[in-house]
Amino acid sequence: MQHRYIPMTETDKKEMLDTVGVTSTDELFADIPEKVRFHGELNVKPAKDEHELTKELTQLAAKNVNTKSHVSFLGAGVYDHYMPSVVDHMISRSEFYTAYTPYQPEISQGELQAIFEFQTMICELTGMDVANSSMYDGGTALAEAVNLSAGQTKRSKVLVSKAIHPESMDVIKTYTAGPDVEVVEIDVKDGLTDLDHLKAELDDNTASVVVQYPNFYGQIEPLKEVQELVGEQKKTMTIVSSNPLALGYLTPPGEFGVDIVVGDTQVFGIPAQFGGPHCGYFATNKKLMRKVPGRLVGQTVDDDGRRGFVLTLQAREQHIRRDKATSNICSNQALNALATSVFLSVIGKRGIQEMATKNMKKARYAKKVLEDAGFEVLYSNRFFNEFVVKLDQDVNHVNNQLIDKGFIGGFDLGKVDGSLKNHMLIAVTEIRTKEEIDQFVKELGDIHG
Amino acid sequence: MLKNWVISMAKEKDFPLIFDMSKEGRKGYQLPELDVPDVDLDADFEDEYIRKEAPELPEVSELQIVRHYTALSKRNHGIDSGFYPLGSCTMKYNPKVNEEIVRLPGFSFVHPYQAEETAQGAMELMYDLQTSLENITGMHQFTLQSAAGAQGEWAGLMMIRAYHESNGDTERTEVIVPDSAHGTNPASAAVAGFKAVTVKTNDRGLVDLDDLKRVVSEKTAALMLTNPNTLGLFEEEIIEMAEVVHGAGGRLYYDGANLNAIMGYARPGDMGFDVVHLNLHKTFTGPHGGGGPGSGPVGVTEEMAKFLPKPVLTKKDNQYTFDYNRPDSIGRIKPYYGNFGINVRAYTYIRSMGPDGLKQVSENAVLNANYMMRRLQDEFELPFDQHCKHEFVISGKKQKKLGVRTLDIAKRLLDFGFHPPTIYFPLNVEEAMMVEPTETESKETLDEFIDALISISNEAKEDPEIVQDAPHTTVVSRMDETLAARKPVLKYEKE
Repeated sequence: MQHRYIPMTETDKKEMLDTVGVTSTDELFADIPEKVRFHGELNVKPAKDEHELTKELTQLAAKNVNTKSHVSFLGAGVYDHYMPSVVDHMISRSEFYTAYTPYQPEISQGELQAIFEFQTMICELTGMDVANSSMYDGGTALAEAVNLSAGQTKRSKVLVSKAIHPESMDVIKTYTAGPDVEVVEIDVKDGLTDLDHLKAELDDNTASVVVQYPNFYGQIEPLKEVQELVGEQKKTMTIVSSNPLALGYLTPPGEFGVDIVVGDTQVFGIPAQFGGPHCGYFATNKKLMRKVPGRLVGQTVDDDGRRGFVLTLQAREQHIRRDKATSNICSNQALNALATSVFLSVIGKRGIQEMATKNMKKARYAKKVLEDAGFEVLYSNRFFNEFVVKLDQDVNHVNNQLIDKGFIGGFDLGKVDGSLKNHMLIAVTEIRTKEEIDQFVKELGDIHG
Repeated sequence: MLKNWVISMAKEKDFPLIFDMSKEGRKGYQLPELDVPDVDLDADFEDEYIRKEAPELPEVSELQIVRHYTALSKRNHGIDSGFYPLGSCTMKYNPKVNEEIVRLPGFSFVHPYQAEETAQGAMELMYDLQTSLENITGMHQFTLQSAAGAQGEWAGLMMIRAYHESNGDTERTEVIVPDSAHGTNPASAAVAGFKAVTVKTNDRGLVDLDDLKRVVSEKTAALMLTNPNTLGLFEEEIIEMAEVVHGAGGRLYYDGANLNAIMGYARPGDMGFDVVHLNLHKTFTGPHGGGGPGSGPVGVTEEMAKFLPKPVLTKKDNQYTFDYNRPDSIGRIKPYYGNFGINVRAYTYIRSMGPDGLKQVSENAVLNANYMMRRLQDEFELPFDQHCKHEFVISGKKQKKLGVRTLDIAKRLLDFGFHPPTIYFPLNVEEAMMVEPTETESKETLDEFIDALISISNEAKEDPEIVQDAPHTTVVSRMDETLAARKPVLKYEKE
């Protein structure tokens, strides 16, 4: 039976078999030993036509609560933000999304230039010299940064703040098992990395210190003091994971002299998609340019002197250096980097500041309303758009009730930290309205009893 | 003078960057109004934490943005633009319906930390996809967590490492990789803490079994194999190879980059592979997106299942749940549950094809490749003269003698509107061109491409300059890659 994706007709097939000099396609598979030939029918569901399949999958999708059906106060690394419709329209240009890695620059200038613009925007936001063309996500970008620091400093210990995203911590632990790097977790005090503990652990075998800015609890780590501490150990690097939206308000990590800044640009026009694909970014100082994992786009000229762009410094990469490469990464998140570029073009120089501060102001309003309703909100006022509120009962239980009221509640911190049982991490973005916030707090209060 | 004038004229043709269009006071966004009382944010922060200089992001209108990126897209070649026979990359048609399904709000706007009861539809899809992949490959259990093929390779090797360690086998430090393997294989081995050891290819284009026996030892952790290999040839001695490696206590790793050749014909699980990764952005039509995102699920045998990355998606009484209680797991390899959006597309594709359709995919992919190979074998050197699978490698050695390199041929193909094949890979074939047509291309397209390659070969004999100076019709001519690497300019600097 002919499938709409497969153009070969019986006539084509006959002509092609004749050219090849065989009578059936089976002969082309004769090199597969009989012992491993598969003769049954693959046990996958029978094909459905486009209409029926769309109907079925639409029903399946409808089973999932989502941020179009419910008002969300859930963040913890993935956020519900302004999604300008141009972003999806631009990345839906099939010349972009059906292309491969731009190995042939003459017919890939569109992608290459878009990535060059992306690299520039990431450098602008983070205050760093060099940014690559993207990583899988913020968590793996951070883990790659940790391994880079160990390789570069030839040291085998890293100090990682417990106030980073708990899943990033998990990923770091898995990634460091290969090169055998020891991960020392630095305690948290009052929602911030405990600098005394950090100081105590910091020594001349420390490859890097890792903090998140803003951290997992929404608090702003004192990067200046961290950097001063790290500076006491000459070779030790500072690695910062940063929500890039916050850098519309906060001093970029680059200005404090840190070595590597990574994070995720999901906040810039990329839908949550049940956790991926999002888009990691990776930025460094100039010194580390040739150690950066993944692809880099560079500007050059063509034979006629015209400006153009190519993949460059490829001697770092797996397809050239094989086992000596700086990383094994090949596919990255190029299309989502493109989405990021489009978003950042939309939001622009002033919009990024406006968006960041609106997040902060709405979050502060939510905090105040919660406090007025009698809730305890933890930690200081030095936070971005997330904060921790104490409940009198299990967060999961509260969230189940909130769903029925049309809300996706915050993150259950008890799941990742035993001492924060009954504590909810609440995210308030620029698209939450006063009415939504008021109603959410009212429902929380009602459940709270 | 004239030369300067020509250069300045040419320079005027520089395609503008988005930053070149920026003008103070213009904007392309509209955020919701601030409907809560304004507060003084700065009061809570020390001055040094408040950004002083705004990032230099462009200030442009919405239409300017649309025009800019539309113009950029026209300077890019995708599968929808034309034939893309990039070997080992499986550049097949990316169905449009996939793009619609993934954008359903119930898939697109689901948060990974929602209560599991509120995401059962997404989890059901993932579970069903895992099951489909298990059946297609003959493996016991899959994880969808890895973001791409390379991450799958590394995760698979970490599982093999955990397996050996659990047996008290801590001296297995080597991973064997054929000389024809993708660069990610040795790179992944290194990242997983192994030493990559090379096994040679024999004169038939297959792994040299004697050399394998030579390099295999009590230090062998695994053999990584792509089958069919990057020459497009099926490793006929796979059973013997499996015996050699297993006999020495090593495990067998399957790089699924070339699965498009064998669906419904053979399954890695039946060949003796212990760990398998697939590239859903290749065989299963997740688009390549200009370099990503991909998705690289990993499947394992029953004895390896306890090492799978956590969480593991499980089904019980028709309820789906993520199991974090996995004491032997290698740990988490990625935040959340993988590139779900790509997985949705792959699932939609598998459901569009069904079992017969998937088998037909491989049948036609293989016939297309063999047809092209036979039509090209008189004009180009064919290093391995036997039936190929989904791709084949020809050499531009004959043309090189005429002063026309494979790179020139590739660039000349651009003038005919085609994306060239993979070139100079695999490394064990001189002037290699690796051609993978896929099953979604019509015979007419294959013929046009073949005719173009033959006519370029004729040009090499009659008028080599036209090939050497190609491309002639693209928006830019050949790029100075040496300059790019010697004086790296990796971002735009405002003048």
